Amino acid sequence: MNKTLLIAAVALVAALIAPVYIYPVLLMTILCFAIFASSFNLLLGYAGLLSFGHAMFFGTSAYITGYILKTTSISLELALLGGMLVSTIMAALVGLLAIRRAGIQFAMITLAFSQFVYFVLLQASFTGGENGMQGIPRNALFGLIDVKDSFHFYYVVLAVSALALFLFYRIVNSPFGEILRAIKDKEPRVESLGMKPEQFKYLAFVLSASLAGLAGALKATVFQFATLTDASWPISGEVILMTLLGGLGTLSGPMFGAAIVVILNDELAGLGEWALIAQGVILLVVIVFFRRGFVGEIAALLAKWKKPAKSEAEVTA
Amino acid sequence: MTVQLLAGQLLLGLINGSFYALLSMGLAIIFGLMNVVNFAHGAQYMIGAFTAWFLLTNFGVPYWAALVIAPLIVAALAMIMERLLLRPLSNLDHLYGLLATYAIALIVEGLVRQRYGATGIPYDSPIKGGIHLGFMFLPWYRLWVVVFSIVTCVGTWFLIEKTRLGAYLRAANEMPQIVESFGINVPKMITLTYGFGAGLAALSGVLAAPIYQVSPSMGSNVMIVVFAIVVIGGMGSISGAIITGYLLGIVEGLTKIVYPEGANMVVFVFMAAALMWRPDGMMKSN
Repeated sequence: MNKTLLIAAVALVAALIAPVYIYPVLLMTILCFAIFASSFNLLLGYAGLLSFGHAMFFGTSAYITGYILKTTSISLELALLGGMLVSTIMAALVGLLAIRRAGIQFAMITLAFSQFVYFVLLQASFTGGENGMQGIPRNALFGLIDVKDSFHFYYVVLAVSALALFLFYRIVNSPFGEILRAIKDKEPRVESLGMKPEQFKYLAFVLSASLAGLAGALKATVFQFATLTDASWPISGEVILMTLLGGLGTLSGPMFGAAIVVILNDELAGLGEWALIAQGVILLVVIVFFRRGFVGEIAALLAKWKKPAKSEAEVTA
Repeated sequence: MTVQLLAGQLLLGLINGSFYALLSMGLAIIFGLMNVVNFAHGAQYMIGAFTAWFLLTNFGVPYWAALVIAPLIVAALAMIMERLLLRPLSNLDHLYGLLATYAIALIVEGLVRQRYGATGIPYDSPIKGGIHLGFMFLPWYRLWVVVFSIVTCVGTWFLIEKTRLGAYLRAANEMPQIVESFGINVPKMITLTYGFGAGLAALSGVLAAPIYQVSPSMGSNVMIVVFAIVVIGGMGSISGAIITGYLLGIVEGLTKIVYPEGANMVVFVFMAAALMWRPDGMMKSN
C-alpha cells in the first residue's frame, strides 16, 4: 500500500513540475486524451462494449463548449459542463438504440451514428463547417481566475484530469463497477441474479460518453479551436489504440497509451501518412502479441517474477 | 421537379445501390461464416480499383482483364491475411477480428495515400457512349454496372442459399465440429470464404473505378454506409444485405432531390428507424 502511495506521490510531483521542462500544450493534450481513453476504457475494459463512435461525444462537446465560450462571457467551468451535458444527452439517445444489438454490432452502430453526427456538424452553421471553429477564448475560471496563459492553464487541466480520473476510479471500484465486470465475464449469470444487464450497459455507455465529452471540452479550451477532425472516425480509432496499447481494463494503462500515441503523433506530424500507418502497425502488434497492453504486460511480468520468489521462500520456510 | 432530374437521381441511386449491395453482401458472407466484421472491406475495394489502374498504366492491361485479375490478386492477399492474422485470433473475442482488420485498413490506406497522394485518379470508361431514352441519357457503362451487379448478387445468393456448397457453408457456421466430422475441411473453407468476400470487394472496386475516381479514401468513405446497411438488413443475412443495399442507394438518390444536404445522412436515419422498429434486422423473421 505504501508503495502505491509513493508512486502516486512521485507521479504528482512529476506532473506539477513537468510544464517547466515540457511544452504545456503537449502535456495538456496528453491529459485530455488520458481522460478520453479512460472513458473508453470504462466501456470496453469493464463493460466489454466496443464503441467505434466515441469521437461523436468528444467532437460535439468540443464544439458546444467552444460555442458557449465564443458567444457568452460565462465562466470556463460552466462551459465545460455545458459541453459534457450535451454529449451526455446525445449518449442517452444513441445508447437507447445501440444497446439493442448485442456484441460486435454495437461497434458498427456507434460508428454509423458518429458518422451521422459528423455530417450534422459539417452542415450546422455554428460549427464553421470545413474551416472549424477558431479563436475560442479561455474565459476566466469561476469568473475570477485568469487562465489565458498556457502555463497557468496547465494546472487547471491537471486538476480537472485528476478529478476525472478519481471519478473513473470510484466508478470502477464501486458495486456498479463490479456488476459491469460480471456482465463482461458472464452476462447470463448476472441476468439470473435478477439484474438487467442492459440497464447497466446503458448507464456505462452514458457515463463513458460524459467523460469523453469532458475530454473534448477540455481539448477545445486547450487548443482554442474545434475542428471536424475531433468528431471524425479516425479519432474513434485512435482512442481504441490508446486504450489497448496502454492496457485494457487497467487503471493507469489508458494514460500511458494516451501519452505514447500523442507523443508519437507529435513526432511524426510532419511525415505525411506515416503517423496513421504507425498507428495501424502498433495496433496490429498489440492485438497479435500484447493483448494485455503496456501496463497489463508489466503487471504480468511482475507477478511472474514475484511468484517463483514466493514459492522459494515457502520451500526454505 | 422534372422527369430528367428524377430519372437522373434514380439512376445515380441505383448505381450507388449496386455498390452498396455488392459490398454489404461480401460483409454479410464473411460475418456469417467467421463472425468477423471485416473492417478491411473498404481497403480491399480500394485496392481492387488501384490494381486495375496500376495494371492499365504500367502494363496496358485492359479493364476486362483487370475485372478478373484484380479480384484474384486481392483474394490471394486476403487468404494469406486470414491464415496469418485472423485464424490465430478466431477463438478470441470477436472484437479482435474487427480491430485487426481495422489496423490492416489503416496501414493499407495510409501506404497508398503516401505513395499516390490523396487526389482521385481518373480511369477511362471501357464502354463509350450511351443511349438517349428521350427523358435522359443512359451511358452504357452505367447500365453494365447495374446489370453486372444484379447478376453477381443473385448468383452469389443462389450459390450460398441453394447449392450444396452453400449448405456446407451455412452448416459450418452453425456447427463447425459436426461439419468437420463429415470430412469437410472447415478451416480451408473459412480461408476460401474470406478470399471470396475480399475478391467481391475488389471486383466492386474495379467496377467502380471508371465511375468514381480511383482514390485512397474511396473505401473508407463507403465503408461506414455499408456497415449501416448491414445493420439494417440484419447481420449475416445475405438477401437482407442485397435488398437493403439497392433500396438505400435509391433512397439516397431521391433524398438528393428533396433535401440535398440530407443525402449523406439518410442511411443513418434509416438505421435508427430500423433499430427502433425491428431490432433484429429487417430480414429476420423471428
